[in-house]
Amino acid sequence: MTTLDSSKEIKKDESKASEHHEDFRMFGLITFLIADGMTFAGFFAAYLTYKAVNPLPDGAIYELELPIPTLNTILLLVSSATFHKAGKALMKNKNSDTQKWLIVTALLGITFLICQLFEYFNLPFGLTDNLFASTFYALTGFHGLHVTLGTIMILIISWQTRLKEGRITNQNMFPLEAVELYWHFVDGIWVILFIILYLL
Amino acid sequence: MLNKNFYLILITSAVFGISFWIGFNINLLPAEASINAPIYDELFKILFIIGLIIFIGMTIAVIYSLFKFRKRKDQYGDGVALEGNLTLEIVWTIIPSIIVLIIGLYSYNIYDRMGGMKELNHSHEMMTSNTEKIWAGISQASNNEVASNNLSVEVSAMQFAFLFNYPKGEFISGELHVPVDRKVSMKMESKDVIHAFWVPEFRIKQDIIPGQPTILNFTPTKVGKYPIICAELCGPYHGGMRASIIVEEESDYKDWFNKNTKTEVSL
Amino acid sequence: MTISIDPQDSNTKSLQPKGWLRYFSFSLDHKVIGIQYLVCGFLFYLIGGTLASAIRIELASPMSDFMPRDVYNQVLTLHGTIMIFLWIVPVVNGAFGNYLIPFYVGARDMAFPRLNAVAFWLIPPSGLMLVASYFVEGAAQAGWTAYPPLSITTPQSGQIIWIMSVLLLGGSSIFGGINFIATIIKLRRPGLKLMQLPMYCWAMLGTSLLVVLSTPVLAGTLILLSFDIVAHTGFFNPVLGGNVVVYQHLFWFYSHPAVYIMVLPAFGLVSEILPVHSRKPLFGYTTMVFSIMGIVVLGLVVWAHHMFTSGTPPWMRLFFTIATAFIAVPTGIKFFNWVATLWGGKISINSAMLFSCGFIINFVFGGITGVALAQVPFDIHVHDTYFVVAHFHYIVYGGTVFIIFSSIYHWFPKVTGKLMSEKLGILHFAITFVGFNLCFAPQHWLGLNGMPRRVAEYDPQFQFVNQISSVGALLMAISTIPFLINIFLSIKNGSDSGDNPWNALTPEWLTSSPPPVENWEGEAPLVEEPYGYGKTKTKEN
Ligand code: HEA
Ligand code: HEA
Ligand code: CUA
Ligand SMILES: [Cu+2]
Repeated sequence: MTTLDSSKEIKKDESKASEHHEDFRMFGLITFLIADGMTFAGFFAAYLTYKAVNPLPDGAIYELELPIPTLNTILLLVSSATFHKAGKALMKNKNSDTQKWLIVTALLGITFLICQLFEYFNLPFGLTDNLFASTFYALTGFHGLHVTLGTIMILIISWQTRLKEGRITNQNMFPLEAVELYWHFVDGIWVILFIILYLL
Repeated sequence: MLNKNFYLILITSAVFGISFWIGFNINLLPAEASINAPIYDELFKILFIIGLIIFIGMTIAVIYSLFKFRKRKDQYGDGVALEGNLTLEIVWTIIPSIIVLIIGLYSYNIYDRMGGMKELNHSHEMMTSNTEKIWAGISQASNNEVASNNLSVEVSAMQFAFLFNYPKGEFISGELHVPVDRKVSMKMESKDVIHAFWVPEFRIKQDIIPGQPTILNFTPTKVGKYPIICAELCGPYHGGMRASIIVEEESDYKDWFNKNTKTEVSL
Repeated sequence: MTISIDPQDSNTKSLQPKGWLRYFSFSLDHKVIGIQYLVCGFLFYLIGGTLASAIRIELASPMSDFMPRDVYNQVLTLHGTIMIFLWIVPVVNGAFGNYLIPFYVGARDMAFPRLNAVAFWLIPPSGLMLVASYFVEGAAQAGWTAYPPLSITTPQSGQIIWIMSVLLLGGSSIFGGINFIATIIKLRRPGLKLMQLPMYCWAMLGTSLLVVLSTPVLAGTLILLSFDIVAHTGFFNPVLGGNVVVYQHLFWFYSHPAVYIMVLPAFGLVSEILPVHSRKPLFGYTTMVFSIMGIVVLGLVVWAHHMFTSGTPPWMRLFFTIATAFIAVPTGIKFFNWVATLWGGKISINSAMLFSCGFIINFVFGGITGVALAQVPFDIHVHDTYFVVAHFHYIVYGGTVFIIFSSIYHWFPKVTGKLMSEKLGILHFAITFVGFNLCFAPQHWLGLNGMPRRVAEYDPQFQFVNQISSVGALLMAISTIPFLINIFLSIKNGSDSGDNPWNALTPEWLTSSPPPVENWEGEAPLVEEPYGYGKTKTKEN
């Protein structure tokens, strides 16, 4: 159906559309994050319901130590800041700085995961011990999965910001911005999780 | 103009007339055998009539439009460019709202009369373990009568049978025997998966849930034998998971009870 | 996340195969994807319908004699799952959404064409997986609701495959939803205002909101359920201290909105079809928009009406009664507006119109039984009986499936440039309408009088009525024959329809039929009045 001459026109049109491209990709990502947030909301709702109506049997242990998760909270908050720095640097066209900040962010993420694993191994309960334990692992595990994914993506974009050949530049900031938004989201979920799981 | 209104009124009254006639004369429900049943049937009748009026009305409107406004052979062009009418739209927002509100209040009333709004734990004083949390169910319709006059039964359900434990007689039966016109108060719990206790002639149903005891109270009003049906998918033999409830005269019930009791206990 | 970053969609598009082959390719063209959804969905409808026929054959006699009892449970589980997740949801959302939305917003494609193709291609494998699970260790047999602890204790491979397949289908529908929201909000051609969009866009916007807000909760729930099965956690396992009712809340938090995911797009489609064939503007555009959004909001807070006899305290039962019944108000507005659209029109009585009017009548019936079910005291008697089965078939079949057929008759010329045979179409409508009512109307009586659902055997006193119902199902099966003949004959040698056989004003008709790859030869037209019948002609730029 498409004739050759009209396809030229389409090309022109496409390039016009891509000016707004950034815009709706970000919009799509936000929609996705809302959906993702609803998954967490479901888990939180289940956890709170269990807590309210299903008291644990006597003698069930669920003591949680605060130091590691507090450290983890700080790690993630700092990593959000360093990611922000990376974005700022890219805006000023300082790609190598961006790369540095991204690697710092990724390292913070990895440290978070290591701490999380460390906590897992030192907990007095296992996945199937009781309702609290199962929900605890499900929630932190699902969040940890998000951190893992995020860390991998950060490493990928830090590779792509390398000076000459990289795809991500001042002109094409979307991948970085997208991962940054995702990272802040994961961070925010952690704060809620920390409050609900450890502090309440 | 008068003519048009005349037809409108005629049709409306016909719709109302037919709906009321059907509502009052066609019985779609099984026999009424508990004090819940007539209350339920009252609600059913109202819902049935309102539903019929709306349904018949809408159907007539659609079919009439299809006939009246069908495009004839010689017709071309479009219909009137009517894009809306605020008054009309407000009217058909408000009228359904009122209907729905009235139905809601009315069914609150019905549910209350069935005992649904009574607090769950208090209604079960007879049970030995009355500190246990009751999760759901229908309580007694009224608490005028002395609680001790209740017949308490503990129901346990499993794949694929109901067992009825008569705590006073310390025996377990596969059939539920109850005296007519006396309140029966059941505490139910499941041993494996979710089941449900349903007696169509009583118009009551309650899921029997593992780990979450539920209660069900009713007063049978008619002597006879009725099916107890499991109404929650519980495995391959779900369809065969049935028991009987036998409503009998007080004296017959006593005979049955005494025959089954190991230690003679007076009621 | 990285899926949609590639900016070179338009280049790869020209490398796509042409002709029939493109329907089997990873095409990025929204029209091809739409047809893929439709055909794939229809094939699953035939499978789901075959399973339904098996159910009706089994129920023609009171004994469980046609198939073993556990197979019966597998059949009804697969029937429900396939019909919902592989037929209704993909077709009213995916198929018509993909085909029409870009036209309606004046775009050349969806916002994320690649994501779109991925969303479609998730469907065939998960559907086949689901059907194939029957041959492994037996398919899932806990009903489409998969209530634990039954779903934990039945044979596990079937249940796990069921969960995986529903998770993938849920993912597909989330991707679709994101795409629709982005396309409708962000991809509108310059100058086109939100309140000028055809109603189907609004319906899809509302639906997609529901998809995005509720489907993830189902995903989370099913993940927890699969942990219970595989890792022996106790979320929903009372033996390990779990709470089975929590599952029901989480499940219905998705699955009640899911019923509006199944019907809101149909509301949108009927709003497109009625004005065209009655040559009148859609009555009450603004209230229609608000009622859609009202249904979306209310739809999120009524889920527990499926649990009136479950572990729910009295106050909860009552709250959900009131909330549920109020959905009748926004829904009613839509129905009255449709009748007002017909009123005073110049109605062409064709297949599309008949199916749409059949939809109105059937849905009102199903909706009214719905409002009755919403009343706790009423529901306590009929919950989990054939009354409920009758209620929702009146809505999903009498409502949504009728509209799918109506839409196929309406948009067939758009897709193929050919007209369908009206004679066969009207025959199809007549058999379907009679068969459908014969099949499901008697089931109300069955439910009221004591026949529970999901049983392979029943009291002999119900045999006669069940047989009437089975005859109705047979008629429904027969009715697919004229439909399929019609489709194939019309594709092969239907008469030429021209670009705009209905003289419609909505944007998809303002290009050639079938449309060119990028939808418009030049710039997309600005349609300010998609329903301006009887007024001025469309303003075209
Ligand atoms: C597309 C699917 C769809 C739709 C749109 C609906 C719409 C509605 N449904 Fe239905 N429903 C299902 C699919 C659907 N349902 C399914 C699949 C199940 C069973 C699930 C399972 O257990 O397997 C179910 C079960 C179900 C139950 C649980 C029954 C039980 O298990 O015990 C209830 C209870 O409240 C209910 C209520 C309603 C109501 C009030 C509406 C309302 O939205 C209807 C509103 C419409 C109207 C009322 C008609 C038009 C209005 C007017 C003409 C205005 C005037 C009317 C009045 C004033 C009354 N439905
Ligand atoms: C959502 C859409 C939908 C649709 C369209 C249908 C369509 C039909 N349904 Fe279904 N149904 C459900 C959704 C749907 N159903 C759900 C969700 C359940 C609940 C499941 C559960 O409890 O978990 C259910 C349950 C259900 C039951 C209750 C089972 C039970 O509780 O024991 C029954 C019984 O009559 C039934 C019947 C039918 C019939 C006769 C049709 C007919 O309309 C089907 C008509 C179509 C055909 C007959 C196809 C014709 C084609 C052929 C036969 C062609 C031959 C094949 C090839 C060429 C390959 N359905
Ligand atoms: Cu027990 Cu069904
Ligand atoms: Cu619902």
